[in-house]
Amino acid sequence: MAKYWHEDIETMSLEDMRKLQNERLVKQVQHVYENVPYYRDLMDKKGVKPDDIQSVDDLHKLPFLSKADLREAYPTGMLAVPMKDCVRIHSTSGTTGKRVVAFYTQHDVDLWEDCCARAITAAGGNEDDVVQVAYGYGLFTGGMGLHGGSHKVGCLTLPMSSGNTERQIQFMRDLGATILCCTPSYAAYLGESLHEMGLTPDDIKLKAGIFGAEPWTEEMRRSIEQSLGIKAFDIYGLTESSGPGVAFECSEQSGMHINEDHFIPEIIDPETGEVLPEGSVGELVFTSITKEAFPLLRYRTRDLCVLSRKKCSCGRTLIKMAKPMGRSDDMLIIRGVNVFPSQIETVLIEQGYSPNYLIEVDRKNNTDTLDISVEMNPDQFSDKMKDVQDKEKELAGAMKTMLGINPKMHLVSPKTIARSEGKAVRVIDRRKLHD
Amino acid sequence: MDTIKQISIFVENQPGKLAELTRLIADAGIDLRTLSLADTRDFGILRVIVNKPAETEKLLKENDWTYKTAEVIGVKVPDRPGGVAEVLEAITEAEVNVEYMYAFVNRIPGRADTVFRVDDIETTLKALRSKGIEILTPEEAYCI
Repeated sequence: MAKYWHEDIETMSLEDMRKLQNERLVKQVQHVYENVPYYRDLMDKKGVKPDDIQSVDDLHKLPFLSKADLREAYPTGMLAVPMKDCVRIHSTSGTTGKRVVAFYTQHDVDLWEDCCARAITAAGGNEDDVVQVAYGYGLFTGGMGLHGGSHKVGCLTLPMSSGNTERQIQFMRDLGATILCCTPSYAAYLGESLHEMGLTPDDIKLKAGIFGAEPWTEEMRRSIEQSLGIKAFDIYGLTESSGPGVAFECSEQSGMHINEDHFIPEIIDPETGEVLPEGSVGELVFTSITKEAFPLLRYRTRDLCVLSRKKCSCGRTLIKMAKPMGRSDDMLIIRGVNVFPSQIETVLIEQGYSPNYLIEVDRKNNTDTLDISVEMNPDQFSDKMKDVQDKEKELAGAMKTMLGINPKMHLVSPKTIARSEGKAVRVIDRRKLHD
Repeated sequence: MDTIKQISIFVENQPGKLAELTRLIADAGIDLRTLSLADTRDFGILRVIVNKPAETEKLLKENDWTYKTAEVIGVKVPDRPGGVAEVLEAITEAEVNVEYMYAFVNRIPGRADTVFRVDDIETTLKALRSKGIEILTPEEAYCI
């Protein structure tokens, strides 16, 4: 039984890995400089030429890319190959009109699926397994990514997509699914549903789960493992760098191995941009060194985490990243959708409300809830209930359009939302997503 | 014009809010002539008619309450079967919409004074008067 998908890469010595990364990085910088005017301008502005980048040690000379850059370059400004050479796109959830669209050549898809195959193998999967993919299919990378990885490994793949819990459990039982791939909150929900149906882990064949796309805690891991009778593995990725499979957990279940033959990680100080030594907490930055269509160099993920090269009991030498412990910006991930408080503020101002608001996020019955309290002001108030309710509905509609999810709106008395001199507390997240 | 000033106040649906508001008004020596509350899950609208509208507005403003003042009509509805139906029929005939209405708290035998919020005050007043229905003057409304 294979323990690794790409043993040579996954157990490569640091020296060899550096050599591989250096070769690929040099070529990639050349490719991007020649084909992505947006990034060429950034390099020119910084006074960096492709020749200045000879190895990973020169990486810090390159300019960063942020989500704002990707939005500005929307839709094709970051594309590094002719569009006819691409075979697929995926897109981030998030603001309407401000999504990030990522392009893939067939080669990109192949490498991405290989990354997912490594994750499935590390979770104990092989061609005898039945993989139930209950991530959403479509623009979201979760479904298609694990689906492709499952094919590569040669597993029987159940392309369930998310939702329809009864059918999920029926197929899980009838087809003997052994590996489940979905968000951790959906896994928890499936576990609960199983028990509600009077079933136990003995009634299913699941042995492992690969869960990602949203933050989850060790506590949640234990509870999922218990309710489904499995080992639960974390997986990390972002649309900007192809999707899930940038990093994956192994049998040790203590952090995720980064596929550093494709993605070079750095940890930086989010304030100064300075590169921090291994073991420091900082913002994770990725450089894609093999992607053809959408090769992002030094992309700031905004995820805060720690990298470690400590020897892993699984035998892999790939560097490990800890579970992200927060964000260096104020982004919230609610029901898998990226939400920025500034988007909420924009809607309030557009609709004539005071920019004093309070966002409360919680998780009830494994579903995220979003409550927004807004201060009523004389302009929006009327003695007629219908007028007030119409305006409230209009506000909720505008929020839904902007955020992509339905928040529960609450109108509150003026000056009841605390104001403070410095940074106002506008967000209360009660989900306890980080240990 | 024989209309009455009605002050509507936004009241968050929270224990003690209504008490806090009415205490504020009471402590300023303002008398609530009548009131009505419309409510939803999150908030209510308290509509009041007071003896001193201008003072009340100032008080609410100073204490950060959200309010709106509107002109409403007080009608001296005869306190007998059919009294309110006749008033509504007269308003309907004039093709005016009633937004909402509520009874006045008064102590005058034979009269069931009622507050009407309509979308066309002039037409309503004319229609009611032509039917011989009496209108409450501001003085009567504020100081009954």
